[in-house]
Amino acid sequence: MRLFAQHLTVRYSRLGAPALEDVSLSLGLGELVALVGPNGSGKTTLLRALLGTVPLESGRVEIAQRALAAWPSRELARMVGVVPQREDLLFPLRVRETVALGRYAHLGPLAAEGEVDRRVVAEAMRRCDLEQLSERKTDTLSSGEWQRTRIARALAQEPKILMLDEPTAALDVRHEMEVFELVRRLVDEGLAGLIVTHHLNLAARYADRVVLLSRGRIAGEGTPSAVLRRDVVAGVFDWPVAVTAWSDGSPQVVPLRPREVGAGGPDAR
Amino acid sequence: MDALTRARWPLLALAAAGALLVGVAVGAVPLPLAAIAAALFRNAGPDAAIIRDLRVPRVLLGFLVGGSLSVSGAILQALIRNPLADPYILGLSGGAAVGAVAAIALGLASAWALPVAALAGGLLTLALVYRLSLADRRRMDPHTLLLAGVITNAFTGAVLAAVLSLSDAARLRNAFLWLLGGLSGASWEAVGALALYALPPLVLLLWNARWFDLLVLGEDTARHLGADPERLKRLAYFATGLIAAATVATCGMIGFVGLIVPHVIRRLWGPLHRPLLPAAFLLGGAFLVMADALARSVARPIELPVGVVTALLGVPLFAVLLRRSLS
Repeated sequence: MRLFAQHLTVRYSRLGAPALEDVSLSLGLGELVALVGPNGSGKTTLLRALLGTVPLESGRVEIAQRALAAWPSRELARMVGVVPQREDLLFPLRVRETVALGRYAHLGPLAAEGEVDRRVVAEAMRRCDLEQLSERKTDTLSSGEWQRTRIARALAQEPKILMLDEPTAALDVRHEMEVFELVRRLVDEGLAGLIVTHHLNLAARYADRVVLLSRGRIAGEGTPSAVLRRDVVAGVFDWPVAVTAWSDGSPQVVPLRPREVGAGGPDAR
Repeated sequence: MDALTRARWPLLALAAAGALLVGVAVGAVPLPLAAIAAALFRNAGPDAAIIRDLRVPRVLLGFLVGGSLSVSGAILQALIRNPLADPYILGLSGGAAVGAVAAIALGLASAWALPVAALAGGLLTLALVYRLSLADRRRMDPHTLLLAGVITNAFTGAVLAAVLSLSDAARLRNAFLWLLGGLSGASWEAVGALALYALPPLVLLLWNARWFDLLVLGEDTARHLGADPERLKRLAYFATGLIAAATVATCGMIGFVGLIVPHVIRRLWGPLHRPLLPAAFLLGGAFLVMADALARSVARPIELPVGVVTALLGVPLFAVLLRRSLS
């Protein structure tokens, strides 16, 4: 099972520049790919293109050797679990009910949850450490608990691919690390993972591959050390940086203050 | 809460049955249970005609209208993603009202012409608002839909005011009473006609109930979880539109039922639509039948418009719920 995307081009308005231009990507089981890049570089657009929620000007997406358009929405939901950036909380459910929404793609129109569904929901909650919060209303959760609930809901879909759009945007250090640890563990257990993030340093430490987008195009793709080089990162983000190495060998990007530029900053490479 | 949770379905069924019974017993001529039983089961007794031809169709019509409006309100709250949505928010009732009041003003208000005119007005508005709501190409946008409904309501309101101000006094009073809503026109034909228009959309909505849990989360999230938002939005729009046009055509505009009942049920059953919709149907039906019984009996022999009673009962009830949920 692999996800292949070839030469994707997306244009939101007919005259403007494309939001995504000639982007190709592949993703396999047991692999975590981090999608990074400046604001407006096309990360979320690429995610939407991979999910078929934005029309392609050209290119094709294939999941498990089947064109994306040939996937009915319910079957696709059983293959790809998504944790989107935002969602409405109009009528808050309990945590367990929220996670069980992930089973809808498996259920008939009027069928009640069966034994299998209950087991999958319980297992998803266990993996995301939510057992204690089962009966809590979702509007009383902390941001970290809410993200874990949404990840558990995606797991309850029993997907092969997990996509997360900036899942740690509003989280403090501990909750952020917990989410990255969880995602890495899920990928090590066999899922294919695609995570959109602004955290270059966590991407470098957790992802197998990094895809760097700039103005809708791929500016670099490969292992974290191959992509997160000083000249590349500084060029794409239009800000001077230094790159050092953490003890596990992963590159760590340090943005520089203007007065540190040219003063021979701590550049390890 | 646990005992209440276990007992809530039997209690609701009991309330619905009780409301139907009270609705048959209460009225200009109060009837004892024995007379009702005799009329229903043996077609005997002096009041058999009142019961079988007036009271029973009236409570059935009330139940069907109250239940349909409540389901329709719950679905529109999910479609527009706004807890304040009610069955009339998309302007269809205004179109139906213009059709009906125009018929009254033109002196065409016979028993069969009035509902036909109202239904025609409602369906015409249904098509118009739908066309306005299609955002880019073929995608239906709930915000544009809401806006289209609001401006349509404003427009039909103006047309209504124009028609009313040009009508003579007797017709004005008729039109005014019709606008307030009421079940006094109930008959077996009306029950049959409403069932014909309202039951198919109700069944479709119940059949798809679960997917509305996902639509509430937003269209993208709904899609990621396996729903087809475009199909759901169209289903919700046309089903609730047909219900609004058909109910307004049979008994005018009856407010507050469709707004309040879904909120009451969410307190008791939670927001999941699979239990919410059938429970809202039963409670909405029972509520409107009880409101109609009150409307017929408090100022006997004068009948209050039932819409006045639903508002007088519904608003305080809603205020209490609101306080409870805040404390």
